[in-house]
Amino acid sequence: MKKYILSLITVCSCLTFIAQEQNDELQISGNFQVLAQSYNEDSLIRADVPDELMTLNSFANIIARKGNFQAGLRYESYLPSQLGYPTNFKGSGIGYRFASFKDDGIAITVGNFYEQFGNGLTLRSFEDRNLGLENALDGVRVVIEPIKGLTVKGVYGKMRLDFDGRIINSEGFVRGVDGELSLNEAISGWEDKKTKITLGASFVSKFQADDRLDLNLPENVGNYSGRINVIHGNWRMMAEVAEKINDPSADNAFIFNKGTAILGNLTYSQKGFAVSGDVKYIDNYSYRADRALQGIAPFINFMPALTKQHSYMLASQFYAYATQPTGEFAYMGEVSYKFKKDTPLGGKYGTQINLNYSRATGIEKNRTSTEAFLENGVTYESPLFSSNGEVYFSDFNAEIKKKFSKKVKTKFTYFNFIYNNTINQGAPLLTGKQVKGNVYADVFVAEANIKTKSKQNLRIVAQGLRTNQHQGDWVSLVVEYTISPHWNFALLDSYNFGNKIDENQLHYPLGSLAYSEGAHRLSFEYGKRRAGLFCVGGVCRVVPASNGLTLTLTSSF
Amino acid sequence: MKNLVFSLLALFLLSASMGGGSKIPSVKLKDLDGNSVNTAELSNDGKPMVISFWATWCAPCKKELNAIHEVYEDWQDETGVKVIAVSIDDARSATRVKPYVDAQGWEFEVLMDTNGDFKRSLNVNNVPQTFLIDGSGEIVWTHSGFSPGDEYELLEEIEKL
Repeated sequence: MKKYILSLITVCSCLTFIAQEQNDELQISGNFQVLAQSYNEDSLIRADVPDELMTLNSFANIIARKGNFQAGLRYESYLPSQLGYPTNFKGSGIGYRFASFKDDGIAITVGNFYEQFGNGLTLRSFEDRNLGLENALDGVRVVIEPIKGLTVKGVYGKMRLDFDGRIINSEGFVRGVDGELSLNEAISGWEDKKTKITLGASFVSKFQADDRLDLNLPENVGNYSGRINVIHGNWRMMAEVAEKINDPSADNAFIFNKGTAILGNLTYSQKGFAVSGDVKYIDNYSYRADRALQGIAPFINFMPALTKQHSYMLASQFYAYATQPTGEFAYMGEVSYKFKKDTPLGGKYGTQINLNYSRATGIEKNRTSTEAFLENGVTYESPLFSSNGEVYFSDFNAEIKKKFSKKVKTKFTYFNFIYNNTINQGAPLLTGKQVKGNVYADVFVAEANIKTKSKQNLRIVAQGLRTNQHQGDWVSLVVEYTISPHWNFALLDSYNFGNKIDENQLHYPLGSLAYSEGAHRLSFEYGKRRAGLFCVGGVCRVVPASNGLTLTLTSSF
Repeated sequence: MKNLVFSLLALFLLSASMGGGSKIPSVKLKDLDGNSVNTAELSNDGKPMVISFWATWCAPCKKELNAIHEVYEDWQDETGVKVIAVSIDDARSATRVKPYVDAQGWEFEVLMDTNGDFKRSLNVNNVPQTFLIDGSGEIVWTHSGFSPGDEYELLEEIEKL
């Protein structure tokens, strides 16, 4: 660790030195966040209280930039981490440090970096500090542009799996190469063509020693893909097909099947109208830096969930979906339309509608013969794009956005969910026990924004959730008043009035106050939160119930 | 070890206090037509630019850009400002960006920061975060979060330039 800090200091001092040598200025920038939470006992909502009574999640990033050079680090503190935050974040120390050099046609990074190949089916090292997702690579990355329109990336390193006052990387290695070619930029005379074509291919390999005496495990596991993007006028098409060799792991119960992943999208859009369709097929595609790990441990790759990401509480924190890496067939369709101003449905300001439907099911798995299994360890075969009909998740939602006057804007949304909790395990009861089988739920949301003065706004959101399963019916009301540019006050109550057990028909009141100034924001929240899903950008984790005060300070400079 | 970190911090802050305003860092992004764009080369012929980070799943981000969209023509006439909407949607929702932009009828230049490189290099904690860049390419103002009415504050800042 000291070695790293010293080398960083050297790099930084060099940067400072160069800054004095030339007139090209050294630029320092950064950001930080402090999230402190205190916890109260609350036996009604079964709130957890940590032994320390308080938790602290905090980090600061600093980047120094000078001409073509850049160096940076992040100091992280989890003392201890917020309840429900993944357990691979502990202690205080440097969790990320890098130095990079960039010039025409070449960029080199040493230390930690985040990278994604294509849609991430082969590789995505990524961070989301709110959620507690972090799998930075630690090693070397080289990006070159040998000819115009062609970008080649090479990465070689270990992947961050854990943090305990210092980075704890995977034992094995991850290395990969990716090429992307824009035909319109590479071929002269194609610049202004109406059709734009981009091709890409990637190959990633992970190495981990075979530590099992009972199995003959592959130590190097390759994962490769090809992709194409075509844009033609108002049309656009994207497809990526990936395959991975046998990768026995805890996720797939150490079977020797190969893996397949396919993503496709077709979109037509013009001003005021858009329609799009997506399809996805995943078979045995879990790809981790350590084959023995499961659960919160990071993947090397990313398998996007094909569902719309919602932001209203009752639609986003109850029945949200994540891809099932062992096998899934999914599709999604969406239509958006804007009724123009001064038409019967458009009214004075126009009316916007959006319809979206998505569905994910299991895939067909035909068992192989015993002889075949004994010969190569392959347990089943799955025809491409096959579905076994078992619904994992479905979501239909319809949204109407309507502005009534200069002062009043409204939005109405309806959602219908089918959530297979035997598969998804995101619908716990107060006791913590997961409900079995499907949850069928309807959610209704009405939002109004009323401009009370030129820089003041009242926002009211009324939400209702109706279901016969899980915890029964809920209502929620948010009242938020903002005085731009500094103040934000909000009151929220969620009420589980339809719980079948009378004593569990509980209220979850929460109040918040925030002050912003430029890129600095300080907020306080006090109240109760239910156990459930906490989601950012469509990735979710389960958080326990809590009752207490939360202070958040974020800033960038 | 803590001492080391703090001295490093002090070193940084000291250098920061000596430095001037900051320029847009260089990151290679793609626009919605698949063309490569180097963020350091973004310009608006000496007129101000607004860079706003957003995502299709972020309600306040969409409120902010829709609020600007309603008055964008007036702003352009008055100040010549150009708005660049940088989407941080990842592989999960990146294909939803173009349909959303078109359905809303936005006239902004839209860039895709799928890997979050530009977001990280400008130290954006959470979206939305909006930057104002003056005619010489210096970042002169930034604001994170959005409350209705914040667009007027942005306009006041643009008019100061």
